[in-house]
Amino acid sequence: MKKITLIVLILIISAFHSNISFADQKKNIDHITKNLRCLICQGQSVYDSQSDFALSMKKLIRIKIKEGNTEDEIYNFLKEKYGEWIVYEPEVNKNTIFLWGLPLILFIFGGLLIIRKVTIK
Amino acid sequence: MINQIGAYSLYICLFASVYLIFKSYISSKNFDKKIDQTFFATLSVQLFMTILSFFTLVFAFVFSDFSNITVFNNSHTLKPLFYKISGTWGNHEGSLLLWLLVLTFFLFIFFVTSKKMNARYRILTILFQEIIILGFLLFILFTSNPFLNILPIPDEGLGLNPILQDPALAIHPPLLYVGYVGTSIIFSASLAALITKTVDNVWASHIKNWILVSWVFLSVGILLGSIWAYYELGWGGFWFWDPVENVSLMPWFCLTALLHSIIVLKNRNIFHSWTVILSITTFSLSMSGTFLVRSGILNSIHTFANDPSRGVFILTFLLFLVLLAIFIFFFNQKNFPDTHQRSFLVSRETSILINNWFMMFFLSVVLVGTAYPIFLEVVNDAKISVGPPFYHKLIVPFLIPFLFFMALGPNIKWIKDKIKKLNISQIIFLILSFLISFFIVFNTNTNYLFSTLLFTFSFYLFFKVINSFQKKNSNLSQKVSHLGFSIFMLSILLNGILSKENSANMKVGDEINFLNKKLIFENVKVESDTNFKKLIGEFKLKDNEKIIHFRPEIRVYSQPETITSEADISSTLFSDDFLVFSLIKNDGFFNVRYQHKPLMIWIWISVLLMSLGGVLSFFKLNEK
Amino acid sequence: MKNNKIFYFVVILIVAIFFVLLLGLKEEKNYSPQSNLKKLNNSILLKELYSGKNIFLNDLLLENELNLINIWASWCSPCKAEHPYLINLNERSDLNLIGINYKDNLDNSKKFLSDLGNPYDEVLVDSDGTKSIELGAIGVPETYLINNENKIIKKFIGPLDQDDYEDIISLIKK
Repeated sequence: MKKITLIVLILIISAFHSNISFADQKKNIDHITKNLRCLICQGQSVYDSQSDFALSMKKLIRIKIKEGNTEDEIYNFLKEKYGEWIVYEPEVNKNTIFLWGLPLILFIFGGLLIIRKVTIK
Repeated sequence: MINQIGAYSLYICLFASVYLIFKSYISSKNFDKKIDQTFFATLSVQLFMTILSFFTLVFAFVFSDFSNITVFNNSHTLKPLFYKISGTWGNHEGSLLLWLLVLTFFLFIFFVTSKKMNARYRILTILFQEIIILGFLLFILFTSNPFLNILPIPDEGLGLNPILQDPALAIHPPLLYVGYVGTSIIFSASLAALITKTVDNVWASHIKNWILVSWVFLSVGILLGSIWAYYELGWGGFWFWDPVENVSLMPWFCLTALLHSIIVLKNRNIFHSWTVILSITTFSLSMSGTFLVRSGILNSIHTFANDPSRGVFILTFLLFLVLLAIFIFFFNQKNFPDTHQRSFLVSRETSILINNWFMMFFLSVVLVGTAYPIFLEVVNDAKISVGPPFYHKLIVPFLIPFLFFMALGPNIKWIKDKIKKLNISQIIFLILSFLISFFIVFNTNTNYLFSTLLFTFSFYLFFKVINSFQKKNSNLSQKVSHLGFSIFMLSILLNGILSKENSANMKVGDEINFLNKKLIFENVKVESDTNFKKLIGEFKLKDNEKIIHFRPEIRVYSQPETITSEADISSTLFSDDFLVFSLIKNDGFFNVRYQHKPLMIWIWISVLLMSLGGVLSFFKLNEK
Repeated sequence: MKNNKIFYFVVILIVAIFFVLLLGLKEEKNYSPQSNLKKLNNSILLKELYSGKNIFLNDLLLENELNLINIWASWCSPCKAEHPYLINLNERSDLNLIGINYKDNLDNSKKFLSDLGNPYDEVLVDSDGTKSIELGAIGVPETYLINNENKIIKKFIGPLDQDDYEDIISLIKK
């Protein structure tokens, strides 16, 4: 039983660490444009696309970075213009709570089932 | 004329299917222990008619018979023969015909090879499989008939989408379909086994073959799709978490879980209901994949021509099958003996449960990520995109414990094992893995505890698997597959942190310097090929003493009018150098993108190794 | 007993999922503009086509009239198709028409206007497309109807057609 608690603890810690490492990634245009959907292309990111829209977007983001905007400010600016649809990573809010939460809930549920399986008499 | 042959043989199939459903239903009720010869005869007729109808379509494509509307929409006289043939399944109608062919072919093989099994079980499997076949036949005949005539007969066809004219993509769909359709046999057989109360170790070793076949084909099919995306879409990635890719990954996770749990059922005769649930889910996911791709409900790079009525049909049919399966499951589930049996914490069965636990988690991430936007739009009218960052954040952290369990699991004995006192070699492996990882991560300036841990456990798994090859305790297939997976993890991780790239707008004669390399754009040539014109760029990359020449192409197809970029990739065992150029509007300038991708080839090799493990297991099983 | 509950739960869940998917089939798949009212960014600075002077877009918006911003380019053929509608709209005195020239060669765009007629009260230049992104555009042509509080009340993506034209007229009359 203790081992399992330990494992769950490790999991939570490792998940936590990953968030830090992702958030800490260096702020640069490639990183930002990879997280933006090219709205006029089919399933391509702004980074991968050579369309007029994507080229202008890259230029605008370069300007915004020079002006000292942070990554989040740029995302928020674009979300205001184009909606949540433009970012590939949906923020956690009341609309997306189950998107992020459901897999984790299922994981915990599965873990409990296994614990029950090995502890029932 | 040829259209009529194809269509009539499909109708004969339909009659055969209806007949078999009645016949098998009746004989499963009043059962007299013997299987009627008519089963074999009808199945043979059905298979023959499906083959006939499929080859009719192939012929229509090969001889460019434009009186057939499918050929007209998807082919062209100037297309090379190879792509005329592969064009048969490069479209919605033809690919469904291929599904049908594999469905009937697999049922036939099942019938012929299951003679040792309980006769009522075989008949019921035919019943369920024929229901699926009937559904597909109705779908083909009423919403996607490949044999419709067009009048007046056009002189020329509209052509096949050029990005689909590619060797990898020509064989990718058939492999994938064999994988998907293989799961239908697993589905039908597990329902039949449920009803006949024969879900046991004998059934497990019988159905394991089918699981292996589906799994190997699905794995190789996904691999080919990924290789295609790597060199053809021109973005240099190999997995984009695009909905259509996810749809093939979902049954793969489920099938991998099933592949492991069936081993427990076979060896220990436990986990009955869980194995059956997995069998049902796997097929449902394969079918939902078809629904999602064909109905146009998704926003993706590879959607087929969309038609909502098709979506409604598949959806209804899928709902029917899933509900049927659930009813049968719940009414027969009480026959299982092991619902409240305890497993020991340190045992092979628990370690396999842990594998299943993680597989189900990965599956749920991909499933929720793919389906959630559809649900949110319907329920709340909000539109969101779920892309790579979502999947990476949820999946990658869980790989650390997953790799750790995977390194330990295969060495644990069945039923009950003891945790041995810490043995020196284990600690050496772990420390060695940590040191190597620390060194790698430290050198790339991404010094995070997280990356180091991920590397550590990947190396740990790798060393453990290598070490296990010394022991002579059989099970070569498992070792090969696990070795493949550890190499897969390592090459993806190294590729991820060591990749470099540079993109610039250049014109002929330009030179750019980056990362101690010099890229020279030497020349552009125009050449003509059979069905396209191409611009060939000539580039030279100087990297210290090494010189690499690249000749990427921009192809301009006339039917239908499309421009594609063909990357030039110089592959070695250590790394790929990838160069692609594309047109931009400024006169004379091209966008040139260079990427250095370490260990790329090992990603492909490692997936092949995993599949090889499956193949080994298949043949070992048949020897007995 | 417990199994029965699970059974009903699973069946209801599955039916609900299928029902949602069925509704999902009817949804629009491509990017569509959001209908909610958005206030224009007040710091979009553009060059005037003929004089080359820098002007804030907001300064051109009139308070007592409706404003129509049209993003166009001489190389864009759908823009040619919608041009007659713009000319017609310009004949109405109660509409302030502002053109934004998108990623264009300035000589070509001047020639375009002198050949086909200039429907705009003001023509501004967005040479690299970044200003259009700040407006929330995805390409050319796009047309926004803006009310006297500087809010976008209607977005037209793609060329204007007869229906859009009548739509605009009816909105002006309100």
